[in-house]
Amino acid sequence: MKDQNTTMRGIAVSDLVKETGAFKAKGCRLVQIGCTGIGDAYEINYTFDKDYVFETVRITVHDGDVIPSIAEHYWASFIYENEIHDLYGLTVEGMSIDFGGHLFHTAIENPFKNPPEVTKVEKETPAPGPEEGDA
Amino acid sequence: MANITKSPWIIHYDGSSCNGCDIEVLACLTPLYDIERFGIINTGNPKHADIFLITGGINYQNVDIVKNTYEQMVDPKVVVAVGICATSGGVFRECYNIMGGVNEVIPVDVYVPGCAVRPEAIIDGVVQALGILEEKRAQLEKEQGGAKK
Amino acid sequence: MGRQIVVPFGPQHPVLPEPIHLDLVLEDEVVVEAVPSIGYIHRGLEKLVEKREYTDYIRIAERICGICSFTHSVNYAESVEKVMGLEVPARAHYIRTILMEYSRMHSHMLWLGLTADAMGFENLFMNSWRIREAILDDMEMATGGRVIQGLCTVGGIRKDVPDEMLGQMSDHLKEITPQMEELCKIFSHDTSVRHRMRGLGVLTKEEMWELGGVGPTARGSNLPLDARCTGYSAYDELGFKPVVEKEGDCLARCIVRARELMAAADLVHAAVKKMPDGPVDVGKIKGGPDGEAFFFTEQPRGEVLHYVKGNGSKYLVRHRVRTPTFANIPPLVKMLAGVDLADVPVVVLTIDPCIGCMER
Ligand code: SF4
Repeated sequence: MKDQNTTMRGIAVSDLVKETGAFKAKGCRLVQIGCTGIGDAYEINYTFDKDYVFETVRITVHDGDVIPSIAEHYWASFIYENEIHDLYGLTVEGMSIDFGGHLFHTAIENPFKNPPEVTKVEKETPAPGPEEGDA
Repeated sequence: MANITKSPWIIHYDGSSCNGCDIEVLACLTPLYDIERFGIINTGNPKHADIFLITGGINYQNVDIVKNTYEQMVDPKVVVAVGICATSGGVFRECYNIMGGVNEVIPVDVYVPGCAVRPEAIIDGVVQALGILEEKRAQLEKEQGGAKK
Repeated sequence: MGRQIVVPFGPQHPVLPEPIHLDLVLEDEVVVEAVPSIGYIHRGLEKLVEKREYTDYIRIAERICGICSFTHSVNYAESVEKVMGLEVPARAHYIRTILMEYSRMHSHMLWLGLTADAMGFENLFMNSWRIREAILDDMEMATGGRVIQGLCTVGGIRKDVPDEMLGQMSDHLKEITPQMEELCKIFSHDTSVRHRMRGLGVLTKEEMWELGGVGPTARGSNLPLDARCTGYSAYDELGFKPVVEKEGDCLARCIVRARELMAAADLVHAAVKKMPDGPVDVGKIKGGPDGEAFFFTEQPRGEVLHYVKGNGSKYLVRHRVRTPTFANIPPLVKMLAGVDLADVPVVVLTIDPCIGCMER
């Protein structure tokens, strides 16, 4: 069994379109775009391949951020970008086809969205008084 | 109408299944199992069908389609839930998009367990459904017969 | 120039075993644009990783799709093994490979049958499915399941398949190979098949690469893209070469699948011949996966990718699947532009859409 050649590196959101352009110039194909929720942020992985060398670049974004689309280099990116929009509730700007949230119909909106930060309120524990005693 | 159980027509709907059960339903139609020898024909039109085979659980997208199809079928009719998904939601029970088994939305007469169900089990289920269809038919005739005569 | 109208195609369409929806923008009878929308069987099973232990979750992974079930389970297992650095014994890899090729044969025959049915060629449909039953019988003998096998586990396989049984399977396969060849001949030479599919939905090699198409859909356009070339499981030792066709039309995609039947049978024979001895799993696994990994395998429908990320606990943080049908949607949208409305079902079928997979 041979190991598959996969690499991964993080880049800044502002470099995304430029980096994608470099992959395109190298003659890579777009393999996938995938999103992962990590507590209070999201990692978005863009995987490209040429000759079975799978290179992934990763951006980290937060709720409310606007992600630039890579449609100018890869027209086919719309399917993944719409998926991210529908499942994670992130905004992607400049998609080649915008489904407007109608690619996936889900029972709850953005099921993969990170749970909102819950500020714990100190629960008032009623002082155990003799009148509520459960003897 | 008495001969309905000699040649029941089925309609198959794929809920949110994994396809495992669907292809087994299809396999029933092909030479090895060949349910056509029982006079059973697969139709796409709910008005023609006597037996409603459903595979896969119900999700929020297909709930209306399942209800509609059921309502369009003419009496007497039976519903067969094929596979664990259709019976109870199965392994996907806890998924956020799944409501549960078919009996959440329409009454089910026969449950066929298995994941994936075997074609033999599907045929068994359909044959059981035929008995129920016959009962329902007799019941219906009694009710209508009283009114007609 | 004619007037443009929008015709909805699906979700319930007689040729489609599964619900998919397309909005077709037509000018007279010709499709100008196709806009897909999916979600009819979305279950949201990727979210279940939070509720199932990673060793248990393989049962769910196998049920992403009932047709490519075995490949999904292998891919999930391999990606977890990659994260955990488990060395799976060679015999397990070989048996996995054999069964992956079996599921390819069963899936391709299923597809050839459905395509024949969509063209109104009932006899060919029945014939493909009849031969397919022989494949399913062998799979059942080896694993106990017809379409969902449940054989693969994280760290190996659940139960060894004895050598005599493997020999029997290989012999049986030799017996049905002439029937598969016959099937292949019909699909590549029959006039009615040719008339329906030649020159329809053409994409060139360059376009296909641009659009990210995978699997037989890409190989039909002379693009030798096949994840088996990366040599996972036992493929690096079996002398594997992707099957390609030049024309890039529906017929080419169809012939690729038909020819892959024989290629798959050859791989099975080669694997049975080279089958190593030894254990089939790594024994008890301690701890949970900590880290992340991508893993690619070649499903009957094309390259599939699983991504897992764990934090050392028994529950994974994320499991993502990019299925071949998902990647083949952009090529489909391009293929549909310019075809006649009456040909839409055949074109849609030739990417071998597996909606259960795609929507997860
Ligand atoms: S019962 Fe099993 S095989 Fe059938 S649709 Fe459900 S998961 Fe798939």
